Amino acid sequence: MNYLIKGAVLPSGQRADIQIVDGIFQAVGRVSSSGAAQVVDADGLVALPGLVDIHTHLREPGHEDAETVRSGSRAAAAGGYTCVHAMANTYPVADTAGVVEQVWRLGRDAGYVDVRPVGAVSVGLEGHHLAELAAMARSAARVSVFSDDGECVWDPVLMRRALEYVKGIDGVVAQHAQEPRLTEGAQMHEGVVSSQVGLAGWPAVAEESIIARDVLLAEHVGSRLHICHVSTAGSVEIIRWAKARGIGVTAEVTPHHLLLTDELARTYDPVYKVNPPLRSPEDVQAVRDGLADGTLDVVGTDHAPHPPEAKDCEWAAAAFGMTGLETALPIVHELMVETGLMSWRDVAAAMSHRPAEIGRVATQGRPVAAGEVANLTLFDPAARWTVVPGDLETGSGNTPVSGRETHGRTVATFYAGRPTVLEGEVI
Amino acid sequence: MKHLLSATDLTHDEAVRVLDVAEEMAATQSREIKKLPTLRGKTVVNLFFEDSTRTRISFETAAKRLSADVINFSPRGSSVSKGESLKDTVLTLGAMHTDAIVVRHPASGASARIAHSTWTGASVINAGDGTHQHPTQSLLDAMTIRRHLKAPGGPGADSPGKGGGAARVGQEVSGQDLSGLNVMIVGDVLHSRVARSGVDLFSTLGAQVTLVAPATLLPVGVETWSSRFFYDLDQALTEVPPDALMMLRVQRERMSGAGGGFFPSPQEYSREYGLDARRLAGLPPHAIVMHPGPMNRGLEITSEAADSARSVVVEQVANGVAVRMAVLYLTLTGAKE
Amino acid sequence: MAATEVLDGPDVARAIQRIAHEVLEKNHGPEGLVILGIPTRGVPLAARLASAIGRIEPGWDQALGQLDVTMYRDDLSRAPTRAVERTALPPAGIEGATVVLVDDVLYSGRTIRAALDALADLGRPKAVRLAVLVDRGHRELPIRADYVGKNLPTALAERVRVLLAEPDGRDAVLIEGAFQ
Repeated sequence: MNYLIKGAVLPSGQRADIQIVDGIFQAVGRVSSSGAAQVVDADGLVALPGLVDIHTHLREPGHEDAETVRSGSRAAAAGGYTCVHAMANTYPVADTAGVVEQVWRLGRDAGYVDVRPVGAVSVGLEGHHLAELAAMARSAARVSVFSDDGECVWDPVLMRRALEYVKGIDGVVAQHAQEPRLTEGAQMHEGVVSSQVGLAGWPAVAEESIIARDVLLAEHVGSRLHICHVSTAGSVEIIRWAKARGIGVTAEVTPHHLLLTDELARTYDPVYKVNPPLRSPEDVQAVRDGLADGTLDVVGTDHAPHPPEAKDCEWAAAAFGMTGLETALPIVHELMVETGLMSWRDVAAAMSHRPAEIGRVATQGRPVAAGEVANLTLFDPAARWTVVPGDLETGSGNTPVSGRETHGRTVATFYAGRPTVLEGEVI
Repeated sequence: MKHLLSATDLTHDEAVRVLDVAEEMAATQSREIKKLPTLRGKTVVNLFFEDSTRTRISFETAAKRLSADVINFSPRGSSVSKGESLKDTVLTLGAMHTDAIVVRHPASGASARIAHSTWTGASVINAGDGTHQHPTQSLLDAMTIRRHLKAPGGPGADSPGKGGGAARVGQEVSGQDLSGLNVMIVGDVLHSRVARSGVDLFSTLGAQVTLVAPATLLPVGVETWSSRFFYDLDQALTEVPPDALMMLRVQRERMSGAGGGFFPSPQEYSREYGLDARRLAGLPPHAIVMHPGPMNRGLEITSEAADSARSVVVEQVANGVAVRMAVLYLTLTGAKE
Repeated sequence: MAATEVLDGPDVARAIQRIAHEVLEKNHGPEGLVILGIPTRGVPLAARLASAIGRIEPGWDQALGQLDVTMYRDDLSRAPTRAVERTALPPAGIEGATVVLVDDVLYSGRTIRAALDALADLGRPKAVRLAVLVDRGHRELPIRADYVGKNLPTALAERVRVLLAEPDGRDAVLIEGAFQ
């Protein structure tokens, strides 16, 4: 099926018709005749390149009670994504070519987005021995992002080896920056609120010290480093410094760290328990500023589904993590675009171009231009809807924005020319 | 009042009211017949995920003196580690038509979680949650302080009245708060729910609270609390002579763990932060010495201090029953909304 | 709301004076008398009754106290949480005494039922009598007053309000109608 999208607004601000033929943007501009194509009225909609998430937990294999590759892919499509990077902390861990190929095939079978498996840095995420990174890179899954996410690559020697080793396969090490000794038993951001609610504190320095170490290691060995879910003002400062120095570091921020603060821990509702923890209002301002000025390259969702029992309990017993694929773009729109901190062009960079570059995904994150693969998101910035956990596509209900009115919604998503979402419904 | 989860739940007037009711309850406890029919037909469950025989017995006595049926339930281990989830435990209690659940749990916020969940409609009384709050402890502390330092005739005046006589000493302080008093809390503030609820309640009642601890045992963020803090006990005792001095229990396991522990040795802790004969002698003449118990004699307090005439530790225990009777009365009576 | 004043200040004073005489007459003197007021307005009434008896019998030790019945009530789950008032007995207690309970209005009888229970927990008096300023009827329990200032037939919808100088500034008994 071919499509003619009428009257969308490109990230540049220009109004254009977009013609999709055989999975490719045939023409972008004024298209008069629709021919045999289905016409999509996109008046007032923003046309973004299909979104790319650098940080998703699809949970399969092993934790299908929380999410499957299929349900997570549908959630991604609903949120406007055409590509997600699936983190390695599955069961078994994605630390071999076999597991990453399984995830990749599950993604292909589901057919909603490019599922790009992330390979573990260390065997079993245990931080002792390098996993077979090259085998994963040369597998059908063509892994280029490696991360022990959920665990920090704490051993400085292992981190150095990983950074060096990925140079040979054009890979990147995505670090979950969390000094383990400083965060033993930690439950929430250490500060005013933790002192009052009596939950063990998670100091900002536990994140910042690892980032400081790793940017220096990346400089020393001349490799590519990506910092997952930056959450503190200090981290933003260090990354800004490292970039000014020419170090090959990129960084991500999650929608929830842009939106929410540690004040929510006062409710003791574990839906707000996340790793890294929600931080202070000053930190939230710093990550917004960092995203706006490009210090933080990308918005990554860290979509982390959990089954109900993992959250329907006391805070200390609950799992870390919150879902985010279906609410990321509206949150970025509300916080960054409506406030004037970012243009749609900046959003396209942070949520599509840059994450595709970091993950080395050739067919994703490309401009909405003639000749490119037709990965496209049509977003209605004027729409308003209230988040109801049970109405979302994800297999889990642990959204931190339940009951919140979102600013805008994904009306349509095209993945390689095929609509995965039309009129707001996943197909 | 539906629940009591935190000392911050109480306004100044509400806190004074709880103390006043506690005094009336205390008056009934010196009678020959101590049992009141007030909560006949009500069921109170003591749900203790942590061992605390003292607190459990105190709540149990309070509930029984008010004629409530008491069920003690101490699940093996905590749900933080293993076993039945908190939710399933509470659902089970709900099936027994429980009117109030008294919760002691190692996780901060566990009682708030139960109170705000759909798991039960019962009143929830926090009997200590992790390192968060222990509101009935701070209420009994406030009751003890008020009796000693707010009685007519000046600080320290105390002449125990006969039950059934005219107004007893405790009742004479009815309506009063703790304004103008210096309360000093010494020890492991970081891990102490007693300190947190104490700071909140005593400040609400108008007292100036001073915390003293090594910096390792004060939480990051303590500088935003309503209390002052010192690292040096002798300096604190000189600069803010306390009317009431509360020594917190120091757990020996705090000496090991990450980074080698929070302080180097019991000897050093004792020297720097212990209440010994010298420090005891330097207190203002009317000052009282408190301890939430159980005491580590020789660590945070010497036997000389613990057994001195200034020590009100045993009274704290007695007042605990009265305060818990008051809290049970105030949470379990009144028409449902 | 319209209110009818059924007793004024002098009426109240006369009623107390009369009750004092009746108490002494029935008790054959002041021997063993203990006057206990039920909070709130029973307390000042009890004090006035004790003074009145004391004026007639100057040698009497004016054994006066108050008895809170809150924790013995049967409606604690039906009404808003009540303040707990003080119980204070005269130094000699109530053992073997003739206790005169004093309250402002006798209505359902439930307060007096609670008072009898409270009293039983405090000791074993020789006898318990009841004095009230107003008996408005509508008893729900088999209880009656020994000494009544004024019998006041009322409709259920009406409210009887007793004002006393100590808390209210003046003495009076008012009936407030529901529909007037």
